[in-house]
Amino acid sequence: MNLRNTLTIRQKHILWAWGFLAIPVLFYVVIRFYPTGNAIVLSFQNWNLLSARTWAGADNYVKLWHDEVFWKVFKNTFVYLLLGTPFSLVISFLIAFHLDRVRFMHGFIRMMYFLPFMTSAVAMAWVWRWFYQPVPVGIFNNILATFGIPQINFLNSTTNALPAVLAPAIWAGLGFQVIIFMAGLRAIPTSYYEAARIDGVSGFTILTQITIPLLKPTIIFITVFSSIGFLRIFDHVFNMTTNNPGGPLNATKPLVLMIYDTAFNGFDMGYAAAQTVVLFTILLCVSLLQLYLLRDR
Amino acid sequence: MAATEIRPTTDGLLNATKTPIKRSYGQYIRWLLLFIGGLAMVMPIAWMISTSLKWPHEVYNLKFIPDEPTIENYTYVLEDGRFYGWFLNSIVIAVVTTISNLLFDSLVGYTLCKFKFPGRYIIFIAILSTLMIPTEMLVIPWYIMSQSFGWLDSYWGIMFPGLMTAFGTFLMKQFFETVPDDFLEAARIDGLNELQIWWTVAMPLVKPALAALAIFVFLGNWTAFIWPLIVTNSPEMYTVPVGLSGFGDEADVAWELIMTGAAISTIPTLIVFMVFQRFIIRGVVMAGLKG
Repeated sequence: MNLRNTLTIRQKHILWAWGFLAIPVLFYVVIRFYPTGNAIVLSFQNWNLLSARTWAGADNYVKLWHDEVFWKVFKNTFVYLLLGTPFSLVISFLIAFHLDRVRFMHGFIRMMYFLPFMTSAVAMAWVWRWFYQPVPVGIFNNILATFGIPQINFLNSTTNALPAVLAPAIWAGLGFQVIIFMAGLRAIPTSYYEAARIDGVSGFTILTQITIPLLKPTIIFITVFSSIGFLRIFDHVFNMTTNNPGGPLNATKPLVLMIYDTAFNGFDMGYAAAQTVVLFTILLCVSLLQLYLLRDR
Repeated sequence: MAATEIRPTTDGLLNATKTPIKRSYGQYIRWLLLFIGGLAMVMPIAWMISTSLKWPHEVYNLKFIPDEPTIENYTYVLEDGRFYGWFLNSIVIAVVTTISNLLFDSLVGYTLCKFKFPGRYIIFIAILSTLMIPTEMLVIPWYIMSQSFGWLDSYWGIMFPGLMTAFGTFLMKQFFETVPDDFLEAARIDGLNELQIWWTVAMPLVKPALAALAIFVFLGNWTAFIWPLIVTNSPEMYTVPVGLSGFGDEADVAWELIMTGAAISTIPTLIVFMVFQRFIIRGVVMAGLKG
């Protein structure tokens, strides 16, 4: 009798399960968990990729605390979040709310809104960068010039550059949010609206008393999803400011770009790792907030 | 079960609303505003394509349709040769990563869903928890790893971080919940082994989920930027986004050529979208609500 036949069915079942999971478990340990630990350990060390790794205690975090650029970058990252999330949430809700009531060419209009979601951020960053150029190159300034309106300096201004970089990021994500909102709207039973209509409730009251409260899970999902996206913004910023990434004067630099710079231009790996731990902590807080807000579901 | 609650929603989304709509001026204005907004959304893409079809002397006028359309820019950019290579790299990487995700994410999702074994819950939580770890935190350790194993500047180096995803695993697990255990039991009695049951019985039943996952993984890898930027050094190994980024930065490159490069990187995904539109939107809803 060989081993195969001496095993019970249950034991075979367990063997199969672990056989299926062997490679994936190895993958998650080596490619996800070990690097996470490595990043945390590295944040307490000094290393320039060439010499030996030396312990630095909390030096990297202390340095971060006293780094003016870091605070500038920290502020930028939250400006991206605090401008981007509410803007995209309100716009996508308005579009979804109205698109839900349109039948003529419904699919085509929905497609127009969704199309930007399918594009690559790098390609579109370059398209928008071109739009923002001064005359005679950029479309926006060309249009302004046609109407005799003064030129706007988009990407070379410390005040205008950040919203200018944020715009294509909002634009690219809208379609996704519209689709999710529409699915949320469709999930609300029509009987609620019929009841409200019979009671003669106004449209605005229906919106604030029925639609929005019942959309709460959808709203939380979209808020968290887009918040995480804006906190991790990189592709758009990098490509719209390649001549001086994060410029002018760090006005557009988000945390991920600072991490990239510190690690792969400055080769200060320990310091960069400390920055990634900060990013991780921020994202973790956002995710935990979502779990907390959705707890009663 | 979650899936049965969601299905009517996703199917309903693909048709226009059933609630009665009054024909009124307000309704026409609503349609018109939405249509204008839609045009504004498409404008950057349309303008990119329009400019990629213009001669240099026409680029700076505001005409949307070029007077004398030309494919000269495309010939120029492609004859340059580099875009061919980048395109090929991107295709290989996106396809291999997609296949790997389809196989492994569904295998893990299936095992976690249909097998009872010690450690199941811990593994599920462990994989799920990796969703919380941002890629940006891992790029530095991945770089160190690639450097010590000689993976820098290779396909494997670009691909290895994305071969499996927790998102895909979770999505597939949710869908395998809808596969009745009786089907699997019947196959077991017929003498199929567990690998055959997964491949021939369970997998065909979750085809829509597999398709949605394939589209997401492909799109994600086609447009991926930060990791390929870090791990590649030589221009021959660039993917399309990394190549385009460097191409645009070259001092003497004209805008119509950059637009052509951008169009080359965008058009494939746009075609995929046009062909599978309904399907992709259903996938977005499924993934958004379940993932």
